Amino acid sequence: MTSRYAVGDRVRICARYAPGHVRTPFYVRGATGHIERVLDKFLDPEREAFGINAGTETQLYRVRLNQSALWPGYTGEPIDTLELEIFEHWLEPA
Amino acid sequence: MTHDHDHTEPHAPIEVDVSDGPDYFEVMVHALQELLVDKGLIDADEVRARLELIDSVEPSRGAALIARAWTDPAFKQRLLADGSAAIDEFGIDNYDGTHLIVIEQTPEVHNLVVCTLCSCYPRPVLGLPPDWYKSRAYRARAVRDPRGLLREFGTDIPPEVSIRVHDSNANMRYLIMPMRPAGSESMTEAELANLITRDSMIGVTVARLPR
Repeated sequence: MTSRYAVGDRVRICARYAPGHVRTPFYVRGATGHIERVLDKFLDPEREAFGINAGTETQLYRVRLNQSALWPGYTGEPIDTLELEIFEHWLEPA
Repeated sequence: MTHDHDHTEPHAPIEVDVSDGPDYFEVMVHALQELLVDKGLIDADEVRARLELIDSVEPSRGAALIARAWTDPAFKQRLLADGSAAIDEFGIDNYDGTHLIVIEQTPEVHNLVVCTLCSCYPRPVLGLPPDWYKSRAYRARAVRDPRGLLREFGTDIPPEVSIRVHDSNANMRYLIMPMRPAGSESMTEAELANLITRDSMIGVTVARLPR
């Protein structure tokens, strides 16, 4: 299995806004964090939505973000974190 | 349904409310089902049986799973290492083919599950999600203000304990393993299962205390 990123790598979630069946929530676009774990490869939902499945397996990761960096005026604690799943083509090195 | 927002895209609310009649997507689903039946690709009884299967799963299944993990350390390790394989070993029918990640609550980290994009939920283990899990308010506030949200569920997390929110936004599903409460040492696996509630496996509360 060849994945571009490894556990612990710093990554930025891309800030792109093209319409489509995208599983990257708006609230994390542009955020920086690190790879928490490397998951399997799954069909790219953006192409699957148009019935294109063959050859679209895409590496999925869990990315950990710091809550106080994600939300301006976050009222919780600086130790609070959030994790979610991001496909490889939505990540860039940070 | 309440329309207290002014956007105009034709997307369906996630909350279920029948007072306005079927919405755009319900009509689409019924049209699609009728076409598939008419073409002989599926039959109506298969659809009914599938709904019956979905409705048959209750949170007690997840409670039994967690009680086993509390009493069998080797099983607990397998469950945390590979949730999907461990629920298969436990005899749970993973009917929707999703991948399960089990996350353990610890004295240092309190975990909470949400699906901000829709209503993803570990259905083969817990059944259908509660209505509040699908509400816009829960989905927004779980990520934006998790401590405030938890307080409204009656769950006070001390400032020295980290909150970790898991947004179930893509292919994985998440089940929280609550901490086994003090005073439960002599309880049987079946008795322990009664301490493990649906909400404690979502992470909005903790396990019940033994009486």
